[in-house]
Amino acid sequence: MKSIHDWFSKKKEEKELEAKAEKLDIPGNLWVKCFKCKGTLYGKDLEANLKVCPKCGYHFKLTFSERLKITADEGSFLEHDNLIVSKDFLKFTDAMPYGKRLEEAKRKSGLNEAVITSEAKIGGMRTGLGIMDFSFIGGSLGSVVGEKVTRLIERSIEGKMPVIIFNASGGARMQEAIMSLMQMAKTSAALAKLKKARMPFISVCTDPTMAGVSASYAMLGDMIISEPGALVGFAGPRVIEQTIKQKLPENFQRAEFLMEHGFIDMVVERKNIKNTLIKTIKFFME
Amino acid sequence: MAGTKKGLLDFEKPLIDLYKKIDELNRLSRHGKIDLSSEIQAVEKRIEQQRKELFADLTPMQTVSIARHVLRPTTLDLVKHIFTDFLELHGDRCFADDPALIGGIAKLEGQSVVIVGHQKGSSTKENIYRRWGMANPDGYRKALRLMQMADNFEKPIITFIDTPGAYPGIEGEERSVAEAIARNLREMSQFEVPIMIVITGEGGSGGALGIGVGDKVLMLEYSIYSVISPEGCASILYRDASKAKEAAESLKITAKDLLELKVIDEIIKEPIGGAHNNIEQTAKNIKAALLKNLSGLKQLSKPELIETRYKKFRSLGIFEELSPL
Repeated sequence: MKSIHDWFSKKKEEKELEAKAEKLDIPGNLWVKCFKCKGTLYGKDLEANLKVCPKCGYHFKLTFSERLKITADEGSFLEHDNLIVSKDFLKFTDAMPYGKRLEEAKRKSGLNEAVITSEAKIGGMRTGLGIMDFSFIGGSLGSVVGEKVTRLIERSIEGKMPVIIFNASGGARMQEAIMSLMQMAKTSAALAKLKKARMPFISVCTDPTMAGVSASYAMLGDMIISEPGALVGFAGPRVIEQTIKQKLPENFQRAEFLMEHGFIDMVVERKNIKNTLIKTIKFFME
Repeated sequence: MAGTKKGLLDFEKPLIDLYKKIDELNRLSRHGKIDLSSEIQAVEKRIEQQRKELFADLTPMQTVSIARHVLRPTTLDLVKHIFTDFLELHGDRCFADDPALIGGIAKLEGQSVVIVGHQKGSSTKENIYRRWGMANPDGYRKALRLMQMADNFEKPIITFIDTPGAYPGIEGEERSVAEAIARNLREMSQFEVPIMIVITGEGGSGGALGIGVGDKVLMLEYSIYSVISPEGCASILYRDASKAKEAAESLKITAKDLLELKVIDEIIKEPIGGAHNNIEQTAKNIKAALLKNLSGLKQLSKPELIETRYKKFRSLGIFEELSPL
């Protein structure tokens, strides 16, 4: 959706910074600049601090495997539906053909889609766990993401497990056009079934959770948790600015702004998310 | 009927000369007091013929221009002709009444129904008031309130979609239009009454889908439905807003394409030259489609209705499933 615009039209400087941050694990590339405070950080310190800037608390984006490591109990992860893959069914070509874009995303991220769904234990308790990865085409919601999330929910209803999804998405996957939009209806309908089955859904918003994903499953959690500073909203800030021709408020569409306006239950620092999840799962399941 | 010469679109320009000819003939006929009606009829026939040809093979971008036509009938224009006893109901019982998304109760050929729909204006002034049919969270919450009332009192729901998208503003984010749309998607999937969706003009993204989950999705012949506007897509993906024409083709936004993709169930015919050429006829066609579909849906039990609706959206999505090695 519109907001994805912002992710593609980021200032060059920001992009370079992001690229650097992503290169954290490459030996020799030891120093990283924080996006927010612009402080210079030693790569190892940053990783030891769960990729949160020790100086200003800025939460860098996590990859799927980094997120899994700090969320699921060791050795408990069982991936599901990893053989569903995207298809360029519209022969969609923008800057590059969609098929090629998919190949590149796979190569870059080491994943075969923007969400990995699984059964995993958190604090010893079984959960249906979904983790989105922004590095796969901006975490965009296409047919495969919609199908995997829907199967995750359906499987959790059957297995009587709470559903937990870590959101990270710029919105719809435009290369799949209308089919991408339809995934919003599909996943939300699955959540209606989960609700009827009285199984909980805990939605965790990370930076960013926008447009098609926020206007479907991300905002439908029985509990909605967000990492500090995450961008969470519908329309992209640039689109809003162009429409209303006004400057936007300082923390506009940030997690704290959403909590202040009543749309998020808790803003939780990365290091406390697992414990918070354990408490909430215990509340629902015990 | 040769249709109206009001609001001719760019691709209809070849018709201008023929309309001029009719004016000329009319003038001659008045001045010379001679009967030129058969000549006039002949030209009208040519206009009709040429219009048919022009509309037989529209490009997606030409369809976009019809869907967005300033004279295109709005939800209230259509409601007036399709239903009787319409009463507009206001407000979301929460924060505000959104003029960009209207709702109310009415009779469809004697049957009680609840109606919600995006509302564009018919003048610039009215469009400013109605934000060109771009709803705020309050609009989606009003729609939900009315649909819940319909569900509770077992009345069918009919929604009309005509919006460029949800309004991108500060208030919309403060009151979370994302939450409002998401909630509608979830709740609409479970209502125990028939829901019929009619896309009448622009079906713009999440703002359209927010009242777009139903048992039957019908679409006027020259309306569009898309995840993003062709202009938006062009400026993001092609980084060139002038490539909207190409984007419109790639995005598969026309009724014909969407029927093939099974995103919609039925195309409702428009009069020659588009809905604005004959609003009464357009309304008649919509009414016939609604009555036909409603009588079919009434045959289903409540659980059947919900399960069929679930499966309809559950089945949307195109991907490959590899077999394990």
